[in-house]
Amino acid sequence: MILTLVETDLEGAATEVSLEAVSFGRDLSAAGNGVPVDAVVIGDVSDDLRAELAAYGVRTIHRVGGEGVAAYSGAGWASAIQQVREAAGSVVVMAAGTDRGNELMAHVAARTGASMAANVLSFSGLAPFVVTRQVVGGAAMEEMKLHERPAVFTIAGHAVEAKPADVSGAGEVVEHSPTIAPEDLVARVVSTSQPEVDESGALTSARVVVGAGRGVGGADKFEDVLELTSLLDAALGVSRVVTSAGWRPHHEQVGQTGSRITPELYIPCGISGAIQHWAGCSSAKNILAINSDAEAPMVTRATYAVIGDLHEIVPAINAEIRKRGYGG
Amino acid sequence: MAAANVLVCVKRVPDSTEEVVLSEDAQSVDGRASGFTMSAHEECAVELAVQLAAGGGEAAVMTLGDADAVEQLRNALAVGCTAATHVVAPESYRFGPVDVSREIAAVVRAHEEEGRTHDLLLLGNDAADSGDFQVGIRLAYELGRPVVNGANTLTLEDGDDGPVVVAVGEGPDGQETYRVPLPAVVTIREGGVEPRYPSVPGRLKAKKVAIEERQPLSEPTGPGRVRLVLPPPTPSAVQILGEGPEAAPAVVDVLEKLGVLTK
Amino acid sequence: MADVPASAKCVVIGAGIVGNSLVHHLAKLGWTDIVQIDQGPLPNPGGSTGHASNFIFLTDHSREITDLTLDSVVQYKELGVFTECGGFEVARTEERMEELRRRMSSAKAWGIEAELVSPEFVKEKVPFIEEDQIIGAFWQPGVGVVDSLRAGTIMRDGAVAAGALTTVPNVEVLGLDVEDAPGGPRIRKVRTDRGDIEAEYVVIACGVWSPKIGDMAGVSIPLTPAVHQMISVGPCPQLAGGTGEINFPIVRDMDTFCYERQHGADMEVGSYAHRAILMEPEDIPTIEQSKLSPTELPFTEEDFDPQLEQAFELMPELLGAEGAEIRYAINGLLSLTSDGSPILGESHVKGLWTAAAVWIKEGPGVGRAVAEWMTHGYSEIDVAHSDIARFHPHMLRREHTRLRTTESFIKTYGIVHPSEQYESDRPQRKSPMYDQQEKLGAVFFETAGWERPFWYESNAGLVDKYGDAVMPREHEWDSRWWSPIINAEHLAMRENAGVIDLSAFQILDIEGPGALDTVQRTCVAQCDVAVGKVIYTPVLDAKGGFLSDLTVMRLGDDHFRVVTGGAHGMADRHTFTSQLPEDGRTTLTDRTDEISTIGLWGPKARDILSSLTSDDVSGEGFGMLSCREISVNGITVLASRISYVGELGWELYVAMGDAAALWDALLSAGSDQGAVPVGIGVYGTTGRIEKGYRAYGAELDAERSIVEAGMQRPKVKAADFVGREAYLAQREAEPKTILCTMTVDDHTSKSGQKRYMLGGEPILTRDGGTLTDGHGHHPYVTSAGSAPSLGKHVLLAYLPVDQATIGNELAVSYMEELYPVTVGSVDATSLFDPANERMR
Repeated sequence: MILTLVETDLEGAATEVSLEAVSFGRDLSAAGNGVPVDAVVIGDVSDDLRAELAAYGVRTIHRVGGEGVAAYSGAGWASAIQQVREAAGSVVVMAAGTDRGNELMAHVAARTGASMAANVLSFSGLAPFVVTRQVVGGAAMEEMKLHERPAVFTIAGHAVEAKPADVSGAGEVVEHSPTIAPEDLVARVVSTSQPEVDESGALTSARVVVGAGRGVGGADKFEDVLELTSLLDAALGVSRVVTSAGWRPHHEQVGQTGSRITPELYIPCGISGAIQHWAGCSSAKNILAINSDAEAPMVTRATYAVIGDLHEIVPAINAEIRKRGYGG
Repeated sequence: MAAANVLVCVKRVPDSTEEVVLSEDAQSVDGRASGFTMSAHEECAVELAVQLAAGGGEAAVMTLGDADAVEQLRNALAVGCTAATHVVAPESYRFGPVDVSREIAAVVRAHEEEGRTHDLLLLGNDAADSGDFQVGIRLAYELGRPVVNGANTLTLEDGDDGPVVVAVGEGPDGQETYRVPLPAVVTIREGGVEPRYPSVPGRLKAKKVAIEERQPLSEPTGPGRVRLVLPPPTPSAVQILGEGPEAAPAVVDVLEKLGVLTK
Repeated sequence: MADVPASAKCVVIGAGIVGNSLVHHLAKLGWTDIVQIDQGPLPNPGGSTGHASNFIFLTDHSREITDLTLDSVVQYKELGVFTECGGFEVARTEERMEELRRRMSSAKAWGIEAELVSPEFVKEKVPFIEEDQIIGAFWQPGVGVVDSLRAGTIMRDGAVAAGALTTVPNVEVLGLDVEDAPGGPRIRKVRTDRGDIEAEYVVIACGVWSPKIGDMAGVSIPLTPAVHQMISVGPCPQLAGGTGEINFPIVRDMDTFCYERQHGADMEVGSYAHRAILMEPEDIPTIEQSKLSPTELPFTEEDFDPQLEQAFELMPELLGAEGAEIRYAINGLLSLTSDGSPILGESHVKGLWTAAAVWIKEGPGVGRAVAEWMTHGYSEIDVAHSDIARFHPHMLRREHTRLRTTESFIKTYGIVHPSEQYESDRPQRKSPMYDQQEKLGAVFFETAGWERPFWYESNAGLVDKYGDAVMPREHEWDSRWWSPIINAEHLAMRENAGVIDLSAFQILDIEGPGALDTVQRTCVAQCDVAVGKVIYTPVLDAKGGFLSDLTVMRLGDDHFRVVTGGAHGMADRHTFTSQLPEDGRTTLTDRTDEISTIGLWGPKARDILSSLTSDDVSGEGFGMLSCREISVNGITVLASRISYVGELGWELYVAMGDAAALWDALLSAGSDQGAVPVGIGVYGTTGRIEKGYRAYGAELDAERSIVEAGMQRPKVKAADFVGREAYLAQREAEPKTILCTMTVDDHTSKSGQKRYMLGGEPILTRDGGTLTDGHGHHPYVTSAGSAPSLGKHVLLAYLPVDQATIGNELAVSYMEELYPVTVGSVDATSLFDPANERMR
């Protein structure tokens, strides 16, 4: 049996990536001998969720409740999943490659003595079980063998499409109220709060982000880019090189090690698009790159691009925006 | 609450570039051109360790890695750590998460036997190269300590039964706070503190610190890695609006189309 | 994606400071249809220009490098990208102070404003320096920083605006197509990933990548990419608040091989102290593989740590300031060559030029010089030391460049004696007599890879014999790479005879129907002479500057043998090759490796030679400036009656296989007559300087004329030759300067120790006043050396015409002290044996 952790959002609906994980589990089942796909949900299971998971081919939904899992704790929740797994006899435990998913699968793996593969993209064999997973922030992939049973892993976001099954599952809900050992509850969330919006928050929630990279050329050469930022009522995001060189403060950094932005439009100026930056901006709906190098990854991955010296192009754009009466 | 003895675990990883180069045997990333670093998560962990140790505690750093990994230890020493341990492991890519957590635990235990305690063990949330997301958690199980995953700020408090670390991190539903008695393990996600760059005096001081060298406890069982492969290039769908400043009107047309301009 | 044009007059590969300067100057000189390509984006394609520290110190001991630097500064100023900030070279040791005094000499000789100053003076301008760490400094107010990327953009834009240039970035060169023509290989085409470009001229100006591109055409460009480490520390409160990039002078901490250069609120600390970290051009990462750029490699801390400590000693408060962090640290790649000079000029592939291994401080000057060279065949600034043709085959090996640059890297800021010898990659070329010479205790100096005995320790006994006449030197610096044995050998040769190994001669045979035309077109002297005559001749460029001076023997109607010095031999070979007719029927054969040369000179030379030959070597039977085959002790030799040391004697050309036997025979036959083996110390310096013979590379270069060198003959041959028109004009005009011979009147320094000049020192008025010739140049010593037969130390220098009078009393400045000198000759008349009686 394949056991998939299904995470739910604040409304109690399954997250998209969890449905992707279920879909992956179905593919795995199909490649094997059709072992059933089960889900484990910690918290409430609404009728809608039950129906949706059934549509995704889930046979049994293991609902875990009780005081032990009321607040989040990695060890406690993993203990619950592990108890479900043992009760149901699953040989595969998986989750979406979210922060939670990775954390809980790591706990499960540590508790069972199994290996754990994070951010799996696909599998290429069952005996031995070989998976391909994302490493180096997505810039490379690793083919990895998972020898032990259970096989514990997470599925990288958007590695597979979330699609309902051709044949629905039973979607039967089985209740679990496992006992959680006190030592597994020591590290437990004691409170959850909404952080105040600060400057870096503005960057992650901005509708337009103007990016600035190495091509700007120096701490004293941001004038044009800042003017564009202001004209578009946008936030400024910079590449790691810029903060490393001390040209701009760290909280403006976009990337794997900075903010991950999701604007309607991202305008990277003089940013070549190193993997680590791309990891932070790839969710932008549109990218308009301004770069002197037509071959730069940022250009080839962009929606739109202008080739040339940003110090010539950006002032021209600023002037054109003003000419058309925008920007206050 | 004064200070804690903190041990931060770092890993020498290739710095990120546009194009990853693999080693000839495809077992690791070739970082000769890009250079090596520790991940940003770990840079923040080092910064937190230095802050939490200020006022009487010890900020120690350790790594498991090839001889060259001493560079990352020196870098941590240069920004305020005062002791370093190097588990010298040639071909360190052969060490998987299980092996590494076991080796770290061995160092912690050995230090305890020598009378050195590490109240708080800090690690990065995930390694920038192998991306395993599990070493800190496995370490906690090895040592029987509680673990908080993915925190970005840490403070120390006096609890009813001794010192407590208050760890805050981003959860799916908002900012989550943990209060965990020491000793504990916390994995750090960057964003809560700004790592500092070394100063010249810091760098000179780091040079003089004697680094404790240890051998690995046992042969590694390995990461289960068959090989690394590079993803195929993604086809470009970019629409080139033009070259040079003459393209400005075309750019503003796009801005209008996307509706991001305001009068 | 823009494609490249299908054809161009000239393709310039590289858009760094060199390529950009070059297209600018080519356009200025009227070239059109230039295509410039670079693998990287503009304005910073990722080469060494992009990470350069961009500061310019003016004074180098090399006149060529200094002139290129000064020209570059003028150009940077015209472009509006130069900021003057002044610069100190500080000394921590007395040895370094002495070197700074030498720098003062060079500054005065090259006309650069400079002075030696106290630590207090430095402190006043650089308040954050620990003045206790230094004992003095060399101050040049004209030092400055430039924006080399901006300069490049302006120069490119100008050429584009003039309609002369198309620049295409992001183009990778895949190959260079070379066509085999009868007159030798010729460049045809540049193949790129954006299409092919047919081109008449191609210039490789791509810095550290140049060897890789050169290889595509079979042209070795012997430079190696090497690491120069640099960190940036800041923000430093001491530096904040100023306007612009730089407000404090740059400090070169010469003894620690570091520099400290302000950049806004940051201080950049750079180092040349670490081990040489070299790279192969093929191993340079691509733009995509690099974290910053292909030439900004990961910093290796352990290499820099010692320098960091020393920098901290010098500026503790600044570098240790609260909040000052090391934010940027790189191993920056730059180009090094085996002799430290750039690599410029046309390669052996016609039309394929190089302009590589150039630093920011020389970039625009090199751009202008190469553009002029490509246009006119010569440049205003003589760049002979940088000519790609200078390299002998063994120097083109990557191994040679690697070994030599490894050895010399530390000399970037080092104290380098003018005669200093390399230790690595030796021996490369040994004469057939090498083993015998080693037994004689020969002290070998290297020329063109040849191991040449400079003197023989076996002659040490002669020092006692001649006593004070050997003019012993008291000061270690003056006597470094020198021995009084040289002067003792000199006196023995003048008294009896000397046998000199001249195997390093470059020997070029020109044969075929066009042989006479070729030598006539190349040489100034009349070469249409009887077979068996020997000609000494200058070789000029089209503007009448010296390309060389050499001898030519006519061995047959259609057979000439050119004999020239090894050091410049490859360049001369290129000069003659380029004059060969295109039909391929006349050939140039380099016979250097087949033929050895032994010189035999002195009053007993004829007696010694006659004892070994039955051929007629009498004065009547074997006249001056003639050559013929004779048999010496059963060995066939080509004997040529000529002398560079002013004595009766011959150069004996002999097959390599017979040379050792001839050497032994001469020494053995001469031993009764008092003949001794004599080293190059005599041949190259003492013997020639007593005779006032000029040497190419010292007195003679492309900025000097035959008239100024005092070498004009009564007539100019009717046949045309390169530079004839210019030479005729020079003969008509008043000279602007005249080469004179001087002797030092008193060697006593303030300390009482006697000092001996080595060359390069400024000539001043007796009381230290500056002299300026008609070119605006200041006189300096072109050659210095003992004249043991005169008991004098002799100096050669080009003086202003009004100073060129016999008996004129002037001074030479040496290590910042003045020594009286007197002009002894104002033309080619020698101080010793002026009537040349000894040679008869």
